[in-house]
Amino acid sequence: MSFPWANHYEPKQPLMRWIDEKLPLPRLVYNAVGAGYPVPRNLNYWWNFGVLAGAALACQIITGIVLAMHYHSAAASAFDSINGTIMRDVNSGWFLRYAHANGASMFFIVVYTHIFRGLYYGSYKAPREMVWLLGVVIFLLMMATAFMGYVLPWGQMSFWGAQVITGFFSAIPVVGDWIRVWLLGGYAPDDAALNRFFSLHYLLPFVILGVVILHIWALHIPGSNNPTGVDVKGKQDTVPFHPYYTAKDGFGLGIFFLVFAALVFYFPDALGHPDNYIPANPLSTPAHIVPEWYFWPFYAILRSFTADVILPAKLWGVLAMFGSILLLFFLPWLDSSPVRSNNYRPKARIAFWVLVADVLLLGYCGGSAADPLWIIIAQVCTGYYFLHFLVILPLISRSERPRPLPNSITEAVLSGKGGTSPAETALAH
Amino acid sequence: MVRLIAGFIGLVFAVVVGWALIGTVAGVATDPTPKTWTGAPKSAETDFHLHPRDAGLSSEGVFGKFDKRQLQRGFQVYKEVCAACHSIRLVSFRDLRQLGYSEGQVKAIANDWQIEQPSVNADTGEPATRKNVPSDHFPLVFANDVAARAANNNAVPPDLSYITRARHGGANYVYSLITGYQPQSAEMLKRFPEIKTPQGLYSNPYFANMNIAMPPPLKSNGQVQYQDGTLATVDQMAKDVSAFLVWTADPTLESRHQAGFASIIFLLIASGLAFGAYRNIWRNVEH
Repeated sequence: MSFPWANHYEPKQPLMRWIDEKLPLPRLVYNAVGAGYPVPRNLNYWWNFGVLAGAALACQIITGIVLAMHYHSAAASAFDSINGTIMRDVNSGWFLRYAHANGASMFFIVVYTHIFRGLYYGSYKAPREMVWLLGVVIFLLMMATAFMGYVLPWGQMSFWGAQVITGFFSAIPVVGDWIRVWLLGGYAPDDAALNRFFSLHYLLPFVILGVVILHIWALHIPGSNNPTGVDVKGKQDTVPFHPYYTAKDGFGLGIFFLVFAALVFYFPDALGHPDNYIPANPLSTPAHIVPEWYFWPFYAILRSFTADVILPAKLWGVLAMFGSILLLFFLPWLDSSPVRSNNYRPKARIAFWVLVADVLLLGYCGGSAADPLWIIIAQVCTGYYFLHFLVILPLISRSERPRPLPNSITEAVLSGKGGTSPAETALAH
Repeated sequence: MVRLIAGFIGLVFAVVVGWALIGTVAGVATDPTPKTWTGAPKSAETDFHLHPRDAGLSSEGVFGKFDKRQLQRGFQVYKEVCAACHSIRLVSFRDLRQLGYSEGQVKAIANDWQIEQPSVNADTGEPATRKNVPSDHFPLVFANDVAARAANNNAVPPDLSYITRARHGGANYVYSLITGYQPQSAEMLKRFPEIKTPQGLYSNPYFANMNIAMPPPLKSNGQVQYQDGTLATVDQMAKDVSAFLVWTADPTLESRHQAGFASIIFLLIASGLAFGAYRNIWRNVEH
């Protein structure tokens, strides 16, 4: 892996030489995120979000481990262990709880940005298909982990969210109800469900960590993509990851933690829902059941299918909701254009921005009450979402005439267009 | 082949959701009932529900702090009025130290609290009660929801520990609700006769479904005798108890704001230094 001009790890101290002979772990780190990994010199700030996602995962694991020391996974005491003990009696427990709850939001913010960066610059294309596939796996694991984590405080939204989401499985013909009861360990969410959600909520982040390592490993075979999408041609196109990108990521981390701190210390409830401060009550359904904001676009897709067409509407909704994520697995083969970066793809670029607006609108509709206006907008946007990935993008990739690519990264950099961001491209055309 | 199958699946989903779209639009177009701009049917709630008014509490905003004298007054309102029906079961008596009460005062408050803690008779082992001590949580008013319903015209008075965070509008909602009882307008009754307040409920346009089981709790000025000379108007008592309930729901608000200030100053400096380091390291590399 890596390029022939990559720096080689040469330990100077005897101790480091000794360790390198027995267990070349420092060498591994050096080659992965140190001076031994050559990276294109023209990465813009959108490339910070991979490291930020790693930082968010680390924050979640650390705060989560400490929170688990005080949490009770029993229906009778889960709410009080968080909202009583952790929030009021544990030293700095409020900080851990807010950091964990808002940390999930920060994780999704940076991961969504990371995904859309990949979409814009064609990072899913050959030779990086495996990086993309592993990324989609991480995203699915994150969604499962986040859902189960939201159930743990056992407030009204926790309980009814669990009720609605596990209800998806009952849409499966014939065996659906049986599967739902098997997953929950009962006919409704209760101790059995809460305990297994806690167990899996503790397990899955470490599975995510494992897949993240594979994701980075797969990335290091071809090396990082870049804003031009042009392959690295020689030494002049790259700089060593350390110190160049460690410094740049350091600044990115500073901004990330500034936003994170503003949420935790000043707006800890801004992304939550008041109903989750009411203990779970199986006999009282909240007026509006909404998931956390990061699920809103998918919730909107689910709710868009209001008509029975051969299959029941509910089954269509569930199929579309899972399909909307699973189709990402096929993206590297749906978009057959050899040009990666949308900076050089006039039609695909327009489709990309329509998709961004589409997903934001879906998110807004998913978080709103199920009034006809929001359902209608969501239905239009759901239609576009599927057409975008499954019809429009494959057709564009055949018919489009891309603009001329620079001969190399260095040529693009020296002409002042090396790290062109989507906004700059939009302004320039 | 992949693209053909994908295109087919994409068209299937688009057609099905398009069919659903036609159904939704047709449903809205053919339904003659009056609707809001988002297409929801008009109701007393959509047209006559009121949004909370601003209580103007000192705890609001990024630099918000509690007014301890106000919290003490609010606690007095809670104790003399609300505590007859509403518990604050997640708050401990010892937490009252944060309101500026001395250790002795907290002991006395706990000891004199009307409802005692469930306990066990030391001789017979039978259920009993004992006086509260500072380390106790505030006791429940009703043993369970059945008892609460039996005593309150079939309604359960909610626990108030988190009430200002468990409702949209927070403290403003609590303040508006307890000062917002008003007779139903003739226009509303004409358009939505079904909303007429039933026997045993009270009309309140700040409450979600317009009629609430709680009788107006603050009826007259001077209902509570404040020790600090503040004039105990209904409005003042409502503001004070709302402030107290912000504290019960968010007792760490002040330390959170302080820690946030320090963190943000630190992070601003650290980000500035990191930016300088980035520019310095990259100074000879065009990018």
